[in-house]
Amino acid sequence: MALSRRIAYIDLSTGKVETRPIPVDIRRKFLGGRGLDAYLLYNHSKKDVDPFSPDNPLIVSAGLLVGTLASATSRTHVMAKSPLTGLLGSCNMGGFFSPELRWAGFDHLVIKGKADKPVYIWIHNGEIEIRDAKNLWGKSVTEAQWAVREELGDPDVKCLVCGPAGEKLVRYANVMTGIKNAGGRTGMGAVMGSKNLKLIATRGTMDIKIAYPREALEYNKKFIEQITTAKVNQTMGILGTPFIWGATNSWGGVRVNNFQYNQLLYADDVEPERFHEISNETFGKYHMAGCFGCQVHCRARYRIPDGPYKGCYDEGPEYTTQGAFASEVGCTSALTVLTGNYLCNQYGVDWLELGSLVAWAMELYEKGILTIKDTGGIDLRFGNDEAVIEMIKHICERDTWLGDVLAEGGLKAAEIIGKDSIKYLVHVKGMQNLHSDERATPALALNIATASRGSDHLRSRPAIDLYHLPESVLRKIYSSPIPYDGPLSSDFRAYEGKAWQVFWQEQCFMAVDCLGICKYHTTFLGATLPNFEDWAKVIYYNTGLEFTPEDLWTIAERCNNMERLFNLREGLTPDDPYKGDVLVDRYHDEPAKRGAPDVIGAYIDREKFLKMREEFYRYHGWDEKTGVPKEETLKRLGIDNEPSHLL
Amino acid sequence: MHEKVKALVINYEKCTGCRLCELVCAVYHHGVSNPAKARIKIEKWEWEGLYIPMSCKQCIDAPCMNVCPVKAIYRDDELGRVLVDENLCIGCRSCVAVCPFGAMGFDPVEKKVFKCDLCDGDPQCVRFCDEKAVDYVEVTREPLLKKRDAAEKIAQAHKRGLELSQMEI
Repeated sequence: MALSRRIAYIDLSTGKVETRPIPVDIRRKFLGGRGLDAYLLYNHSKKDVDPFSPDNPLIVSAGLLVGTLASATSRTHVMAKSPLTGLLGSCNMGGFFSPELRWAGFDHLVIKGKADKPVYIWIHNGEIEIRDAKNLWGKSVTEAQWAVREELGDPDVKCLVCGPAGEKLVRYANVMTGIKNAGGRTGMGAVMGSKNLKLIATRGTMDIKIAYPREALEYNKKFIEQITTAKVNQTMGILGTPFIWGATNSWGGVRVNNFQYNQLLYADDVEPERFHEISNETFGKYHMAGCFGCQVHCRARYRIPDGPYKGCYDEGPEYTTQGAFASEVGCTSALTVLTGNYLCNQYGVDWLELGSLVAWAMELYEKGILTIKDTGGIDLRFGNDEAVIEMIKHICERDTWLGDVLAEGGLKAAEIIGKDSIKYLVHVKGMQNLHSDERATPALALNIATASRGSDHLRSRPAIDLYHLPESVLRKIYSSPIPYDGPLSSDFRAYEGKAWQVFWQEQCFMAVDCLGICKYHTTFLGATLPNFEDWAKVIYYNTGLEFTPEDLWTIAERCNNMERLFNLREGLTPDDPYKGDVLVDRYHDEPAKRGAPDVIGAYIDREKFLKMREEFYRYHGWDEKTGVPKEETLKRLGIDNEPSHLL
Repeated sequence: MHEKVKALVINYEKCTGCRLCELVCAVYHHGVSNPAKARIKIEKWEWEGLYIPMSCKQCIDAPCMNVCPVKAIYRDDELGRVLVDENLCIGCRSCVAVCPFGAMGFDPVEKKVFKCDLCDGDPQCVRFCDEKAVDYVEVTREPLLKKRDAAEKIAQAHKRGLELSQMEI
């Protein structure tokens, strides 16, 4: 049974391993994946724990439906306190790791302590060993994985690995699996590094019993059709996520030169079609690849066409890579994007954070706050492709003053650099914004301001808001499974009804993260994709657990509140410029300069933003001013006595 | 065997490596998610992005059938497949050892071998593979499709050659 998977507590200091079943009543409260991770993190960490201390638990999990027939059930979730933000650390990745973890018998790993020398954890068919990783330490993301397969004598071993950036405690280092599947944001790779944990290897051949196999197969067929007939997914299956960057840039929604412009000009070489062409030329006509069980296949395969890394095999790029190594840093070269993509994948570092920080340093250099002495002789001006590539290495290796400073993340770096540097930092809760510019889109602005892990597009972004969908369509989506009869607007520049959309999306993304399904398979970029109604059915066919769509909604509320409780415990207050649910001043004070007519001149109105935030808090059952969950909310959700230490 | 008989045709270049075929195969035959129980497997060379689906070829002169000491393996000419009679199988795994493609599986719990049975004419791997990296086509058409694919490459080179020759330099 999918429900027979266990939780393992692994103490790297003592070497002790303990496993326990996950009771069904816990499943009914938190499902699995990210939701149960949030419960475990709150219960297994103490207030103000240092993210790099042995007491910060690193929690790795597979969602409830991972490995089953629910389409793209590939997602691995990792949680700990973040060394970047000091708040919730959380990342999610595709690939093939978590299905293998489930076939090996486990759903959740709670890793505590710190090994006295580099180790890796080997998990196979119900057994867990802590092994010496002397020969793996220092190896790149892919080298380490191939080496451990060699050592274990099995090419089908799947790994979750931290790269050299994680070893060097770069505060936004990724966990990775395969060539490029990355758990980015919030530095979970650095938490691995701090524990001397290089890698988790897993291989399993244990059955996951499907409750109703024939029904699950038939429903999955229908489910896949629903997913692959969406135009957005068909485009994604050809061009990958770069198409999103192309579309966004066309109307003026990407940050350029840090935050100075919102549309990259002369961008032909970094348009999605160009990357498609490069993949065609260097890999072949059929170059798209998929994660476990996914028919969307949004991952392109390519070889670097030129330059010092010519011929190296890699996958991607993603739209965030175009953001990091083209628009934000003012570059317009496909080769820079692909080289940056390759280096970040090998170092195991979050390019969203890194690209954004390099762009910030470039603006500081332009403004004279950083000098050529500070940069170690690098001419760090916008559009200098070589400087960008150099900075990736210096940050990941921490081998220059500036590289070392930027490896500490934006807020710490701003403190070290001083002067006016903080004024130019584009972050929320100490996490850099991805490359997108939300000034014209209040819904998206509220999304990044309130996301539980810092500035982020994958926690609550109502991306379909950009499509000018008729109000009737919006109403159909956003008033189910919970009725909603408040305002909804087809205009993405409006403030009315946006708080509800962001709240609804937050609920939707929490549920999908608990299940371990990819977000491209739900209401994110496509308006016709599955959500609560459909999940109730796939959960039933695959696991036998009965939920109504409303039950799933309540579970998502519970899990979102667990994350909120953690953030509040670690010091979040709504208006704190460094830890709050706020945007940096530039969003409010600097109108957008480029783009479509309805984007030029756009900025986020402070008062309207705060009103929208109050409304958002209200939907959550939080105090409108303090953002703290009300007693009655926690009681209703049954989490009024946390930590309750049930697991 | 007649000319309408269909076979699994694998075009590895089209494979996206998602392994949905492995999943649906195991669920269809055993009611479980477990690639170790699938009759098809994607072999990967991840570091160069190469994915190759491997399955039973339903050989005419099948080594598994020839080696079986109890004649548990036989041909079904109607569907052009090789089948295992589980009631006769003694679990000696000689067929596993002799198969040149690694297509014969062994279930350590049931203590029986298992292999692709083409899902009685509706192979689930094909049904779920949108890319048709695994397809189910009449045996006589397989080489025709291959010819067309290869010719397409020549046709493209030809067109490109024409373009280049007409370019003004």
